[in-house]
Amino acid sequence: MLLALPLTGSPSTWLNLTLAGIAMGLIIFVIASGLTLVFGLMDVLNFGHGVFIALGAFMATTVLAALAPWATSPDVLANLAALAAACAAGMAIAAAVGLVFERVLVRPVYGQHLKQILITMGGMIIGEELIKATWGAQLIPLPLPDALRGIFLLGDVAVEKFRVLAMLIGIVVLIALLLVLNRTKLGLLIRAGVQDREMVEALGYRIRRLFVGVFVAGSALAGLGGVLWGLVQQGVTPQIGGQVNLLLFIVIIIGGLGSTVGCLVGALLVGLVANYAGFLAPKAALFSNIGLMVAILLWRPQGLYPVGAK
Amino acid sequence: MIRALLSHDLPRSKPLALLLAACFLGLLLAPFVFPGTQALNVAAKVLVFILLVASYDLLLGYTGIVSFAHTMFVGIGAYGIAIASTRLGPDWASLAIGFAAALALSAALALAMGLASLRVKAIFFAMITLAVASAFMTLCSQLSELTGGEDGLNFQLPEALRPSTEFLEEPLLGVAIDGRLLSYYLLFAAVTALILLLLRIVNSPFGRVLQAIRENEFRAEAIGYRPVVYRTGANVIAALLACCGGALLALWLRYTGPETAMSMEIMLDLLLIVVIGGMGTVYGAVVGSVLFIVAQNYLQALLKAAGGLVEGVPVLSTLVSPDRWLLWLGLLFVLAVYHFPGGIVGRLRLAAWARGRKGRP
Repeated sequence: MLLALPLTGSPSTWLNLTLAGIAMGLIIFVIASGLTLVFGLMDVLNFGHGVFIALGAFMATTVLAALAPWATSPDVLANLAALAAACAAGMAIAAAVGLVFERVLVRPVYGQHLKQILITMGGMIIGEELIKATWGAQLIPLPLPDALRGIFLLGDVAVEKFRVLAMLIGIVVLIALLLVLNRTKLGLLIRAGVQDREMVEALGYRIRRLFVGVFVAGSALAGLGGVLWGLVQQGVTPQIGGQVNLLLFIVIIIGGLGSTVGCLVGALLVGLVANYAGFLAPKAALFSNIGLMVAILLWRPQGLYPVGAK
Repeated sequence: MIRALLSHDLPRSKPLALLLAACFLGLLLAPFVFPGTQALNVAAKVLVFILLVASYDLLLGYTGIVSFAHTMFVGIGAYGIAIASTRLGPDWASLAIGFAAALALSAALALAMGLASLRVKAIFFAMITLAVASAFMTLCSQLSELTGGEDGLNFQLPEALRPSTEFLEEPLLGVAIDGRLLSYYLLFAAVTALILLLLRIVNSPFGRVLQAIRENEFRAEAIGYRPVVYRTGANVIAALLACCGGALLALWLRYTGPETAMSMEIMLDLLLIVVIGGMGTVYGAVVGSVLFIVAQNYLQALLKAAGGLVEGVPVLSTLVSPDRWLLWLGLLFVLAVYHFPGGIVGRLRLAAWARGRKGRP
């Protein structure tokens, strides 16, 4: 982070880029945390994770359009309520579809990597086509509620209001996730399942239910992330899932497959590097993430925080 | 003779043998049996896809690794031909230079990707290839001075392959003997030779080791074969073949662009064809490609007809619209992975095997 300071020229630009990068990183983390947990616990790599992102984002367009009076009213609270409703709807539909996805597609192929990749890829195709059939194949604009446009000025550092909100949501999700994982029995079981599945089963816990719960929660988080991502991009296309999927893979490879902390670090790194590179050399920004991944893999082939016992 | 040509890997099923013979003869005689530009284009696309799918099968079916970078190598081959032809002029020497450069680049990239990621986990490989391939595609659309950007490159072929070149004054059997026909048979000969080569490879000791690693990596390593070496080898061979396929595609289309040569859709098509045709059987590529490409060209018309039947039914009519044909293919794909893991070829062989057992006391 500090390394980029002299390169960007002025401290205010640097702070600006850093804040934007952290906001982007936290959104990516919200989406990727579900994917990495599912992989760590269930040993399922879900190539269809992008569908939930797209679902969340599309649901947000519908909800915000339906609540247009709220979203365009000058009242900040009404704006936030509309946004909260969009997030809730996005999470709900992603969770519901996640439940079906797990039951119908993923469950029959536990333990078979090759088939998992193929099946979830197939699920991705079907999901994307169904989204096109429901919402159409065109780009749907997703404007921010009025109160969230514009910027806060702190000295000469300009921060977009929405990024602050996204950052707050990201931090809340992060804290909630860490609390659940580290402080509750449920979290203990999930972490134990990541370490050694059979032992958890041998102690009499139904790991299947845990699987379903984590898968659904991961899908819901992807839906939430989709809403935020769509708002950042100000528009949604059916291909959004596939595009974000790439970023997610890079993040969880960097972090070490299955690790939550690694996922956070990976997401922040990707967000920061993308923003710095976008400022310093816009052309190179397209490849900055790949470059980052290659560099980290050369240094630590298992990722930053490898999960043992697999 | 045929046994030796097919490297002793016979179809082992009468219906399959008939199907293969029909495909072979159909493609061999396509210009004469199915006249018209449209039909010839479909036939040429089938030929290119046979090669692409078969080489992808070497990775997916025989080696058991999923790569999403196959179209990247197709793109390298296609751009190699296109760039050399536009820069160095339309003659055979520049084609050869472009092709050689593309092969070298493919081999180097495949080697680097394999060594970097196949060492760790097969699942890493899938993700890394996806990332690298999309980065490469962005690179191609950004370097517009060299690659023509999103518009791609139109180029001229050597004299002999141009459609305007007539070899005979009179049409033979109602078909003009021109450069287009020569191009088609160039494709046909190249694809046939490379498929036979691929059969030779998968039935060689090297191919057997690949299958052993696919079945049980730990054991294969215990016997003394290093998985990373063999997997990387397979990756390089598949990349080289894909590069050849891309070059042939460029020769046929006389155009190379990011969409035609390396889009994600082609990658999905390859995946679908390998699974539907039958993983781990080179013949699956042949049968699958023919069925798939023909279906792709006519399924949309079929869906349009079906759409007319259910017009007015609210949900169904949006699902059956011609734009949604990928939805039905996706469903077919998922069903194929669940219920016919051997694909068409595996199914036919299983049936033949069961019949053979019944006949014996």
